[in-house]
Amino acid sequence: MNILSLFPAIPVLMMLGLWLSRNLRQIHAVMVTGASLLLGLAIALVFVYLGLRADGQTAEMLLTDSHVWYAPLNIHYAVGVDGISVAMLLLSAVIVFTGTFASWKMADGAKEFFMWFCLLSTGVFGFFISVDLFTMFMFYEVALIPMYLLIGVWGTGRKEYSAMKLTLMLMGGSALILIGILGIYYGAGATTMNITEIAALHNIPAEMQRIWFPIVFIGFGVLGALFPFHTWSPDGHASAPTAVSMLHAGVLMKLGGYGCFRIAMYLLPEAAQELSWIFIILTTISVVYGAFSACVQTDLKYINAYSSVSHCGLVLFAILMINTTAATGAVLQMLSHGLMTALFFALIGMIYGRTHTRDIRELSGLMKVMPFLSVCYVIAGLANLGLPGLSGFVAEMTIFNGAFMVQDTFHRVATIIACTSIVITAVYILRLIGKILYGTCTNPEHLKLTDATWDERLAVSVLIIAIAGLGLSPLWMSDMISDSIIPLISHILN
Amino acid sequence: MEYTVLILLLPFLSFILTGLLGTRLKPAAAGLAGTAVTGAVTVLCYWTAAAYFSAGRYASGVFPTLIPWNTVWLPFGGSLHIDLGIMLDPISVMMLVVISTVSLMVHIYSFGYMKGERGFQRYYSFLSLFTMSMLGLVLATNIFQMYIFWELVGVSSYLLIGFYYTKKEAVAASKKAFIVTRFADLGFLIGILIYGFYTGTFSFSPDAPALGAAKALLPVALGLMFIGGAGKSAMFPLHIWLPDAMEGPTPVSALIHAATMVVAGVYLVARMFPLFIGYAPEVLHVTAYVGAFTALYAAIVACVQSDIKRVLAFSTISQIGFMIVALGVCTSSDPHEGGLGYMASMFHLFTHAMFKALLFLGAGCIIHAVHSNEMSAMGGLRKYMPVTHITFLVACLSIAGIWPLSGFFSKDEILAACFSFSPWMGWIMTAIAGLTAFYMFRLYYCIFWGKENRELHAAHRPHEAPLTMTVPLMILAAITLVAGWIPFGEFVSSDGHAYRIHIDWTVAGISLCVAAAGIALATWMYLREDRTVADGLAVRFSGLHKAAYHRFYIDEIYQFITHRIIFACISTPVAWFDRHVVDGFMNLLAAVTNKVSWAIKGMQSGYIQRYSIWFLGGVLSIAIILMLI
Amino acid sequence: MIHMEYYLIVSTIMMFVGIYGFLTRRNLLAMLISVELILNSVDINFVVFNRFLFPGQLEGFFFSLFAIGISAAETAVAIAIIINIYRNMKNIQVRNLDKMKW
Repeated sequence: MNILSLFPAIPVLMMLGLWLSRNLRQIHAVMVTGASLLLGLAIALVFVYLGLRADGQTAEMLLTDSHVWYAPLNIHYAVGVDGISVAMLLLSAVIVFTGTFASWKMADGAKEFFMWFCLLSTGVFGFFISVDLFTMFMFYEVALIPMYLLIGVWGTGRKEYSAMKLTLMLMGGSALILIGILGIYYGAGATTMNITEIAALHNIPAEMQRIWFPIVFIGFGVLGALFPFHTWSPDGHASAPTAVSMLHAGVLMKLGGYGCFRIAMYLLPEAAQELSWIFIILTTISVVYGAFSACVQTDLKYINAYSSVSHCGLVLFAILMINTTAATGAVLQMLSHGLMTALFFALIGMIYGRTHTRDIRELSGLMKVMPFLSVCYVIAGLANLGLPGLSGFVAEMTIFNGAFMVQDTFHRVATIIACTSIVITAVYILRLIGKILYGTCTNPEHLKLTDATWDERLAVSVLIIAIAGLGLSPLWMSDMISDSIIPLISHILN
Repeated sequence: MEYTVLILLLPFLSFILTGLLGTRLKPAAAGLAGTAVTGAVTVLCYWTAAAYFSAGRYASGVFPTLIPWNTVWLPFGGSLHIDLGIMLDPISVMMLVVISTVSLMVHIYSFGYMKGERGFQRYYSFLSLFTMSMLGLVLATNIFQMYIFWELVGVSSYLLIGFYYTKKEAVAASKKAFIVTRFADLGFLIGILIYGFYTGTFSFSPDAPALGAAKALLPVALGLMFIGGAGKSAMFPLHIWLPDAMEGPTPVSALIHAATMVVAGVYLVARMFPLFIGYAPEVLHVTAYVGAFTALYAAIVACVQSDIKRVLAFSTISQIGFMIVALGVCTSSDPHEGGLGYMASMFHLFTHAMFKALLFLGAGCIIHAVHSNEMSAMGGLRKYMPVTHITFLVACLSIAGIWPLSGFFSKDEILAACFSFSPWMGWIMTAIAGLTAFYMFRLYYCIFWGKENRELHAAHRPHEAPLTMTVPLMILAAITLVAGWIPFGEFVSSDGHAYRIHIDWTVAGISLCVAAAGIALATWMYLREDRTVADGLAVRFSGLHKAAYHRFYIDEIYQFITHRIIFACISTPVAWFDRHVVDGFMNLLAAVTNKVSWAIKGMQSGYIQRYSIWFLGGVLSIAIILMLI
Repeated sequence: MIHMEYYLIVSTIMMFVGIYGFLTRRNLLAMLISVELILNSVDINFVVFNRFLFPGQLEGFFFSLFAIGISAAETAVAIAIIINIYRNMKNIQVRNLDKMKW
């Protein structure tokens, strides 16, 4: 059995274990074992992958494996990874791991919650290892559906509305993706669903590409919070329980960027070059618009959701630049944003769990009350506004430099507009930190609150270590990603 | 000289250690660790400086530019990559000395000043972070490394200004400082992007062909970088954060907002000086005008402020203006012909760091004694705190430019450079130098002479600061006394060759006279207990006085722009648009679907007979259609 | 000899009477009777066509017998349902039977 198949298999086994477990202790045991296994596996995969590359394996996808699944439609269960997916798998494993600890105190229906959570992870992992269009789509759907229940049942606030909205919008996106996938399949002569093979065939007529590219790009763009299809994100995140927010903003939104790059751009290269300008405009709007919106929000989760719109906009913006540096930056940004936003949602969840409010007007002076969480919040904020030494800076600088390498006025102007987001980000992050953490605590109830417990500390520390690690020595990660980006970009360009 | 890596690593480790251990460490232990590390760094810096300058010059007569350590940190593809490394050349070595000295003084001083404060460990941890970042900034081997550490000093400044995070003003000030400098850094970043793209490198000295290719856009890039520098160095109109930054602990103001971080912009221009001179002299002259205007503006405002730290803050802005002017008036890289300003600027940076740190630390002692920043709480303090008084006087004389203190020598070089650029620039700067003398002595008299606030002093008798605080004062005063005699031109000059400073006595005479006049005026107005003249003037020119006191309402303009325009006219509508138009459209879509479904569900009446009518009708119509075809 | 058309006219009349009844009656039992009329008209058609068009073969007879059997069973089920409805709602007027709508 291929090592990659373990990624979706472990969560399935975890579901089995959860089904059999009879109390909270056993549930926790199963979750911790499984999540640690996944994290270990992801780290091992990085080493295996780098080892194989060091041995001179130059194939685009390594560790490939393929089983016929449904022969008449050429559907295979085909897996394989390159540097981008390895990075994404690592990210997902980290977030599943920390998400487990962040929802440690989940008591009502913990078993079912974690079962759906595992199903969601199966979908996410499966998506990143797939190289078959259909398998990929299937795992994508597997990742989407549990979201409805997780938000609708375990959420807060207007949870039914948010869950419905999120699911419907994402389903709308996936309908577009399905159409696009079929378009690509038949456009490529209907002989294979394997991404690398379709790319190698390179025979989709340009006029067909022009139809399918926007469809697929918007389809994945909905998940990547592309303006104006992002509105599921603030409501969805605001209502979702902590771990789900973490996984959703941290990983699921990356599925969008990953799909846009791997399917829309890579398989439809001519149209991607021709039509990228439309989406550059939209993503530039996303970047600035999300940041401006975040400035006046009063709900912590809304602020973070809009910030995600801005940062994920930057991911799509970068891949549309179609050059190696910017695309590397995009993947780095996916990693960085995934970690940062997961950290944010984890912290917000912890603060909300104590104060029972997310309204920044009702919170103040938390630094004195819960110093650990507050310091971590400051670190998350600084990472978000791109402080050197933390991951955000690395990603943003790579993106801006890459985008600036595209030598025409339109791209330059878009880049400069996108650059302004770093200032606006500073505005809303500092406003937030100043309002809720600094100052004196005015609510006497809040003075009695306690700081983080060990499980929360563990979750937060792992994320911070990952953020700082990526920020302090980005070289290996950046090399691993850009090695895999180079062939993809050169394929798109000719 | 690989050991120079330790200059960065030691404070970094100290930051991580004290930061992680936090309150688990005893305050004294954290303080000692920070101070010991800074002490070690200071020794290393002095050692490096001695080794560097004694190693001698190349045969061509310039000091070598050493890169003892360099590593690729983040590649961008192509020839672009961010390196982290250490570069030693005359100005970076000079900065090492300045930063480590002031930092060590502040570390020692803070023992006394911050004693018993909550968050003592945090304070020392942030100080270490700042020291590391500032040293990294000056040692940068390339412009991007400089940007990295530039951001880091920004954030450590943010953290330290907001040290008293329960104080509303401190939080607002820290936010303002960060955002204003961030805004300026946007210019810096875009400048770097342009520079990197067109020259194909981030290093400070691209090779000639690359520069030739980039010629058209270099002025733009350098101009944008100067915006970044102007933000950090508080040039008008980006100066607004610096006076507010005084909300931080006073030693922090001395270290960051007087001696080191705020001169980063000057250092940046000096660092890019060969490119400015070679490819964008017009931009360089623009910086001179900006600097001169800033110096004038800040000097006027400083004359009427009543908070002693604000006076010092505006004085800092004004003095940095002097440094920028000195760089800006350079017309060639030959110190004998129009390149004097470079040396003068660096010299003034050096001396100013010492005496301004001294002034701030002195102010800290005073605030410590009277528990207020307002002049009204002071007056007649000379009796209570003799050491502070004498050292403060030394610093005031130095900044006023009185021979033989260090300020005289550096300011004289600046004025000489200005006069050689154009006479009116020289006269304006001389006038500002006179204003400097006036407002510094106004400050001095209001604190140590003048009308004493007897009630307050009776209730709480001011006392001299403890030894940990006065010793740094004395050391800095000693440096201020002798620093003027350092043959600075031997080490730093615009073309790298040794330059012998010679004092132009006409310029020196004029500036001494003007300074003396300023001091005399201040003595006449503020020495005595009653200030009829000063108060009379304030009433006579009440409009001007009020405007100057409110810093010519620049802050209010910013307030208006940020709150009324950005928040009210952009963010709020954008957020509204998002909720009501974009999201509204989605909700509308859902609502339409709902409506349509309500409308057509009437067909599913549940009455079997109605279904059968439809069925029958369908069958018949199909039959008819088939028959007609 | 009676012509085939007469049989067919009778069965057509029965058929339309049945349809009319099915569409217009509001009582379930009456509707059931109408359905029986339709079915019986079809049975007549089967028999008639077999008798006149394919004499010597028996499929039509079999089929109509089969249909009669089925309709008897169906009537039994239908009446059972109607009785149940009546027990539950005291009513067998179709207009009032909209509990399962939507």
